[in-house]
Amino acid sequence: MVLLLVLSALVSLFWSPYPVGDIDIPNKLAAASAQHWFGTDSLGRDIASLLLVGSQNSLLVGFIAVGIGLGVGVPLGLLASAKRGWVEEVVMRVADFTFAFPALLSAILLTAIYGPGLVVSITAIGIFNIPVFARITRGAANAVWTRDYTLAARAAGKTKWAITWEHVLPNVASVLIVQATVQFAIAILAEAALSYLGLGTQPPNPSWGRMLNEAQSQMFQAPMLAVYPGAAIALAVLGLNLMGDGLRDLLDPRLSRTR
Amino acid sequence: MTSFVYQRLFSFFVTLAVTSVVVFGVLEWLPGNAAQVILGETATPESLAAMEEKLGLNQPALTRYFNWTGGLLQGQSGISISYDTPTAQLMLERMHVTLPLAVMAMSITVIMALCLGLYAASKQNTAGDVGVMTLSQIGLALPNFWLAILLILLFAVQLQWVSAGGFPGWSEEDGGGLWAGLAALILPAMALAAVQTAILTRVTRSAVIEAMSEDYVRTARAKGLSKQQVLWGHVLRNAMIPVVTVMGLQFGNLITSAIVIENVFVLPGIGRLIFQAIANRDLIVVRDVVMLLSAMVILINFLIDLLYAWIDPRLKSGGATA
Repeated sequence: MVLLLVLSALVSLFWSPYPVGDIDIPNKLAAASAQHWFGTDSLGRDIASLLLVGSQNSLLVGFIAVGIGLGVGVPLGLLASAKRGWVEEVVMRVADFTFAFPALLSAILLTAIYGPGLVVSITAIGIFNIPVFARITRGAANAVWTRDYTLAARAAGKTKWAITWEHVLPNVASVLIVQATVQFAIAILAEAALSYLGLGTQPPNPSWGRMLNEAQSQMFQAPMLAVYPGAAIALAVLGLNLMGDGLRDLLDPRLSRTR
Repeated sequence: MTSFVYQRLFSFFVTLAVTSVVVFGVLEWLPGNAAQVILGETATPESLAAMEEKLGLNQPALTRYFNWTGGLLQGQSGISISYDTPTAQLMLERMHVTLPLAVMAMSITVIMALCLGLYAASKQNTAGDVGVMTLSQIGLALPNFWLAILLILLFAVQLQWVSAGGFPGWSEEDGGGLWAGLAALILPAMALAAVQTAILTRVTRSAVIEAMSEDYVRTARAKGLSKQQVLWGHVLRNAMIPVVTVMGLQFGNLITSAIVIENVFVLPGIGRLIFQAIANRDLIVVRDVVMLLSAMVILINFLIDLLYAWIDPRLKSGGATA
């Protein structure tokens, strides 16, 4: 399913059945046919093309939002774990505090100021990812710091930063990869919700969330319009969640026992 | 126990204070000023000056911050620009929809998740367990607003059992009533509860399985207690710690997810209020609603911490910061 998502995004970069901006009013709300696999929307645009190109959006949001979380959260978590003491306390309290601001609230606050848009929604989702990765990294890194090999490295005269780079980071990487897939799925869901509310991706760029918003007003005439984009989101998220579970079992078999 | 409560209470107030500074600060550092954002690019200098006067922008930021927080503490809030009504009154009215919706969704979540989680744990690795886990995996992937649309499609469009949205009100004079109000909230509550049920079912299942493998369970069984007695007497109390943690996080999630769901069902709740405030550029309402929702999330986390200590007495004395 994840492969399907990536393939859809890649294919849509070069080809889609119809250009997504093509409006064809005489052909509006057409049923599924050989020409239009999933029919057309209220402006006569091809749903299959919109879904294909919309996948780019979901992937982009996932990559950047998780990238922000990894890029800022992981160094903070590693720093907290290496320094301990007040540094750890400050980083963790800030992380706790950021948790009180769910992505949706941050996005609403930012939208009220800067206006709706993809950049605002990605930033809000990314900010929410930072404490998630900071906490996970710090928890896993603290466990690595108690291992014999890090003690041995310290005894051999290596600095904390060298040990963090050579021993701690490689050992916490598996946990981070698993968390990254989970956060990727959450980012796709959050972006879809924001776009549904009209706060995320703006027209004419296609987005699965906004397609659902537009479909809701046509629910009595063309109910299937409300089914396809949601199914695309659900399949992408299901794929990522299953991939996360699979990776967890592969990278840390101890955890899979009770899950 | 008392020092634990004081410690938590202190951290609760600090978080609340920092949150208020951030909410105030974000709106303070916006490009241009609040009057410009509210009135738009085409505003005349006179109307800008009038709006700045109305918002008190001619006073220093620190004075405005203390006026705002001091007012909130005394139950006096700012006046909404678009409604010309105190925001506290607006929020109170809207809470009559949002709070019952969140409570209904949470009740559905807890009942369903505890039943399904306990069932799956007691039938570990059987077809029943696999079935519950598959269902929960699907539930996790469903966007709640899509599920809401599907529920409308099924129950309002196809079967025509309920209306597709709107809220009749709680009083019969308004044409509503208790039952009519509950009926209008049942589909939104189900849409909100589905994802949370999937999460809580998985947590309950793994917590119960974990607790059942502990030594004290074996000891209790060896003493001759039945499986049921051990489950209710020992396993559940210990398994409840992670379950309660997640429930706390979920209630916070429910309140914010309600913003989306209320918009799907056109419910006049707090989510609809903030959404309309954004459309109307009513920054006063946005600021106060974001503060209220954040404060609710912080309050819930604080209560969950206290609940922890009650469930797991080890946390009271141990100084653990679960």
